[in-house]
Amino acid sequence: MTSSSRNPILITASRLLAPFIQLFALYVIFHGHFGPGGGFQGGAMLAASILMLRLSVGAERSELKFRKSWGTPVGALGALIFAGTGLLTLLLGGRFLEYHFLPLPDLSRAELHSAGILLIEVGVSLAVMAVLVAIYDDIMEGTGGD
Amino acid sequence: MYLGLETALGLLLLASALIALRLRNLLAAAVTLSVFSFISALIYLVMGAVDVAFTEAVVGAGITGVLFIVVLFHTSRRSID
Repeated sequence: MTSSSRNPILITASRLLAPFIQLFALYVIFHGHFGPGGGFQGGAMLAASILMLRLSVGAERSELKFRKSWGTPVGALGALIFAGTGLLTLLLGGRFLEYHFLPLPDLSRAELHSAGILLIEVGVSLAVMAVLVAIYDDIMEGTGGD
Repeated sequence: MYLGLETALGLLLLASALIALRLRNLLAAAVTLSVFSFISALIYLVMGAVDVAFTEAVVGAGITGVLFIVVLFHTSRRSID
């Protein structure tokens, strides 16, 4: 946790691994309604990659990827995307999260379902990632940096 | 269907739980809890609940392990043993 424990092997390995973890997390998010996975798992994987960078290269350099002050706004944005999709269908005459009322032109009912589920999963993943990173940042707050 | 595999994984799960309870080194206990989560994810996988297994592997072995270790670094042991 201190700067004396910064190990070049750890730093290099985590910097190499983090983009691939994030790529796989994006695959999990966007492939969620065809196979196992989905918004929560993908968001947790994104959070895990950011936490790995926080632990290995330190707070100030890992903030280049995700700032500490972004935790609450991004989490709120994710919740807004989730609830907004549901409330939009509610406003347009359907029930909560009744996807085929979404105002997307030229899409069939099944395609509207896929698009709605995709919106929900993007919202869930943003909220989960931001909140998990914010929990870590709040634990570390006031302990002298990393 | 996979009774032998389930039994072996269950015994491993029990062993990792008992080891995590008995260890005096809290860092090693946290790592053993991650092992516990991973083995339970394998059990879910054998039983066919792929989604639950995925969640357990990501959250149990990834996030809570990190949080446990971070909290351990911020606490100190009062007694020396």
